[in-house]
Amino acid sequence: MAWNLKSDRPIYAQLIEQIELLIVSGVYPAGSKLPSVRDMAGEASVNPNTMQRALAQLENDGLLYSQRTSGRFVTEDVERIMQTKNSLAQGLIEEFIENMGNLGYDRQQTISLLERISKEEK
Amino acid sequence: MENILECQNLVKFFPGCLALNSINLAVPKGRIVGLLGPNGSGKSTMIKLANGLITPTSGKILIDGMEPGIETKKIVSYLPERTYLNDWMNVNNMINFFADFYEDFNKQKAYDMLRRLGVDPAQRLKTMSKGTKEKVQLILVMSREAKLYLLDEPIGGVDPAARDYILDTIISNYSDEATIVISTHLIADVEKVLDEVIFINQGNIVLTSTVDDIREKENKSVDALFREVFKC
Repeated sequence: MAWNLKSDRPIYAQLIEQIELLIVSGVYPAGSKLPSVRDMAGEASVNPNTMQRALAQLENDGLLYSQRTSGRFVTEDVERIMQTKNSLAQGLIEEFIENMGNLGYDRQQTISLLERISKEEK
Repeated sequence: MENILECQNLVKFFPGCLALNSINLAVPKGRIVGLLGPNGSGKSTMIKLANGLITPTSGKILIDGMEPGIETKKIVSYLPERTYLNDWMNVNNMINFFADFYEDFNKQKAYDMLRRLGVDPAQRLKTMSKGTKEKVQLILVMSREAKLYLLDEPIGGVDPAARDYILDTIISNYSDEATIVISTHLIADVEKVLDEVIFINQGNIVLTSTVDDIREKENKSVDALFREVFKC
């Protein structure tokens, strides 16, 4: 997968978001082993220390855990992953509603427009 | 010894020019550091002092606690801004030359990188394009297992695709103990791989910071900040 990093925001924060996305989308399934820090850093073309910082934060948040000798794993707690998924979804929806608000649609109008367009697409 | 490179009140005078004005600096082990500044700011002077190619007017520069000399040359791998290799040599000659000269030279690593970058080991330096020459020299320098790499303008003449490959090579090859100092103008290309940046101007250090601190505080890239600080 391509890592998409913007140049005006902290790199480690963007790495956290993208790894969360890889986990909730099942690219790194629950309980699976992550590649080494160096391999992940190489793939994302970032400094290994920055990748380390992002992974440490995700570990703190409970989405990852490490075993001293065998590496770093995605949590086996499916609830915890769903929770991340929900909060990512909520963020996207809030952003969408805000953007629609800027276009002049209120909440109700946004919802009915959404329903109409998704019906048409079917 | 925590710091691989240290400057204490480092001053370098050239006739009619104060190149470095009492610099104090400490670079720890295991970092990738960008030495950034406009033309003539003192970047190359600092790197040459670290290599013992020139001597300080006053103050000190220490590599792993030692003043530059034979012992520090064993642990410092230096990419100069100009080539010093004989142009009748082919790549195989140069690899043997380096392997002879430096205990820490890893031939296997050199040949791997040459293959990945599509450089023919039988080619002579004389017949190479500017970009290929730069690739070969960088491969030679990065194939040493040194503690400190000093890269003076390493990617200037290389095309963007090869630039990415070279940066990836730097990330995946350097050991946790090693520090890399990169002096460059191509900030946008390198800032993702840097831990820290040092802004230098007219012989003074004007800023040292981590890349993410700059992005967090200024809401802009290091490249954008550089353009602002050094606006002409």
